[in-house]
This record gives sequence, C-alpha cells and structure tokens, in this order.
Amino acid sequence: MESAIHTLHEFMFRTETITYLIIVAALFAITGFWLFLTGRDEE
Amino acid sequence: MSEDTATIGKSYFTPFNIIAGLIVIMGLVLTVIRFTGGLAATTNLSDYNPWGLWIGFDLLVGVALAAGGYVTSAAVYLFGMKKYHSAVRPAILTAFLGYALVVLALHYDVGRPWRLPYPFIVQQGTTSLLFEVGACVALYLMVLFIEFTPVPLEWLGFKHARNLVVKLTLLLTVFGVVLSTLHQSSLGALFLIAPSKLHPLWYSPYLPVYFFVSSIIAGLSMVIFESTLSFRFFKHKMDESHSAEKDTIALGFGKAASFVLAGYFIIKVIGISAGNQWHFLTTNYGLWYLVELLGFVALPCFFYAVGVRDKNVTLIKWTAFWTVIGVVINRFNVSMIAFNWHLPSSERYFPHWMEIGISVFIVTVGLIAFKFIVTRMPILYEHPEYKDAH
Repeated sequence: MESAIHTLHEFMFRTETITYLIIVAALFAITGFWLFLTGRDEE
Repeated sequence: MSEDTATIGKSYFTPFNIIAGLIVIMGLVLTVIRFTGGLAATTNLSDYNPWGLWIGFDLLVGVALAAGGYVTSAAVYLFGMKKYHSAVRPAILTAFLGYALVVLALHYDVGRPWRLPYPFIVQQGTTSLLFEVGACVALYLMVLFIEFTPVPLEWLGFKHARNLVVKLTLLLTVFGVVLSTLHQSSLGALFLIAPSKLHPLWYSPYLPVYFFVSSIIAGLSMVIFESTLSFRFFKHKMDESHSAEKDTIALGFGKAASFVLAGYFIIKVIGISAGNQWHFLTTNYGLWYLVELLGFVALPCFFYAVGVRDKNVTLIKWTAFWTVIGVVINRFNVSMIAFNWHLPSSERYFPHWMEIGISVFIVTVGLIAFKFIVTRMPILYEHPEYKDAH
C-alpha cells in the first residue's frame, strides 16, 4: 500500500531511493546482458 | 552500352512509376491547395494542436530515421570500423534525402518559404530551441550535401574535385556528429515547454536524452532495413563487396542496436522512477506506454541479441523493421497521441486526409530520388576508377 507524500523531502527521499536501487540493478543487468550478447563472439 | 540498349527497350510504365506518378500528381494538386488556401484548407490543425502530422511524422520521424548518416560515418571514420564501409554511402544518401525532405515538409507547415533564411539574417532568436534546431538542420544538410558530393563527382568524372572533397571526410564526420547530437536532442527538448500538455509518462526532463539515444537506435535499424530493401530491389547494382558485407553490417549494427536499446530501456524506467509516475502505468495511457516500452524497446532488444548470438540475419532484418516502427510510434506518441491527452476527444487532433496525402507525397519524392540516384551513381558499388581508394 502506497503511503501519501506530503513534502518535497518525502518525494525526493522515496523517488531517489527507488531510482538508485534501479540504477544498481541496471548496472548488474546490463553487464549480464552484454555477456549474453557477446557470449558467442569467439565461436 | 548493353545496359543502355536494354533501357531503351524498357517501358517506363512500371507499377512503381505508375503509382509514384499518381502520388506525385496528387501531391502537386494538394501543394497548390495548401499554398493558396492556407493551413485551414488542408489541415485539422488548431490553436490546441498547432503541430500535427507534418511535424510529428515528416520532421520528427524524418530526422530520427535519417540518423543512419552520422551513426554510420562515425562508426567507420571516427571509430575505425572499416568493415562497415559499404554502408556509408547508402546511409549518407538516405540521410541527405531525409533532411532535404524534412526541410521541404517544413515549408508546408510553416508556409511563406521565402522567409526560410529569416532566422539567420533577420531575427536570430538565439534563446529559442527552434533556432538551434533550425541552425543545426541547415548546417547538417550542408554537411550531408558535401559528404554526398563525391558520388555525383565520381559519376560525372570530376576527379580533382572529388579527391578534394574526400580529404574533408573526417572533418565533415566530426561536424555531422556534433550537429546531430545537438539537434536530435533539441527536438525532444522542444516538448519540455509543455509539461502540462504531454502525458506524464512521456514527459520527462530526460526527453532530450531519450530523443538522442533513440535516434542512434533508429539510425542503426534504418541502415539494416534500408540495406535489406536495397538488396531486394537493387541487387543488380551491388558489387561483390557490397553483397558480401551486408550480413556483416546486419550483425554488427544489430549488436550495437541491441545494446543501445538495453540502455534506452533502462533510462526510460529511470525516468518513470525519478518522476514517480508508476501509478499511471495502470491507466489506458499506461498500457499504451507499456506496449511501446516492452513491445518496441525490450522485445527488439532481445530479438536483436538472439539474432546476433545465433547469426540469424533474417531475424535481425525483421527486428530492424520492427524497431523502425517503434521509433515512429514513439515520435507519434510524444507529438500527437500523448499530447493534449487531457482534452476531450472532440478537441483532439486527427490528421486531415490532405495532411496524410502531403506526407505520402513527400516520402514518394524521396523514394523516386533514391531510386534515380542508386540506379545511376556509385552508391551500392565502387566506381571502377576509385576501387580501394578508401
């Protein structure tokens, strides 16, 4: 259940937290994707 | 000689010529109506919707799909990927024609063509993004024209002039990349002025970045798509190296497109997160946004990757076509479908048939010019006098 946002601080705290988590996950994901994409380059 | 003889005996009434001829006649009639009757006679534009199909398709899509020029020349001349060299001339030609037609199409939307140089010589308006877009497009069109000139110069036999222009290649490529980076992103930035009109899922402070990154995807995909069509319709004009390199180009550009699509997908998700727009995803517009994001970004990203891994060129070609459609949908969404989303349906914009007719006419003019040049000039083959001159 999403709680209400009342202040700019709450907004920034929530969005920045989620965004930074997504960025960390994305860095791992895109590294994995690169390995998948280039996995058969040597063959 | 034998080819000339064959041409003499050939009828000009081919299906392509007949259809293209009819479209050109229709386009010329609509042009007269547009320039004598004004926008009201030919468009459904209004104060709410001042930009319609001629901006959304002819300009935004035209510029994005012409990005193959700077993407390919940067890959070959700046990053030294010489194995893609045979893609440069078709890409430059497509870009040159694309930008020339963008300028032509802009006349229909803006009107009063004699005022085209006004931003440069009468009133600059240097604080306007439109000035920056106008300046970049004008300069880049000139750059593309000069980049293209070795082709007609080889065809006409002007060896010295051709060699002089070829020496400018690196400089022109750098100019092309700089100008493209500027105006591709600025086209997205134009919509930053309308945060209340563009749907929050499409509106983002990162719009300029989205437009620039998606232009790279469009450019890479268009090169693959266009080389597929060229091989289908102009195979007889291709020399051995062009025919042999087309699969290498598809695999290499497919790989690049896949990786850029992955990055584009990530920054789009980050954009939703930074704006805290998640709750819109469950609305009707949200579903349409997911169709664009999953169907035309994530899906081609995956199919490109599978195609590259399996060396499945057919899959890559179809994915390129799908991706091109995705870029068209994205530009339509930003400029028309998700624009003025809060208005009642009676106030929403749908293009007049004459607007569609003019757009079809302009695309047809491009196809005719492309066919005329490719069948006569050294685009898909090396001129015999300049073989291995690169």
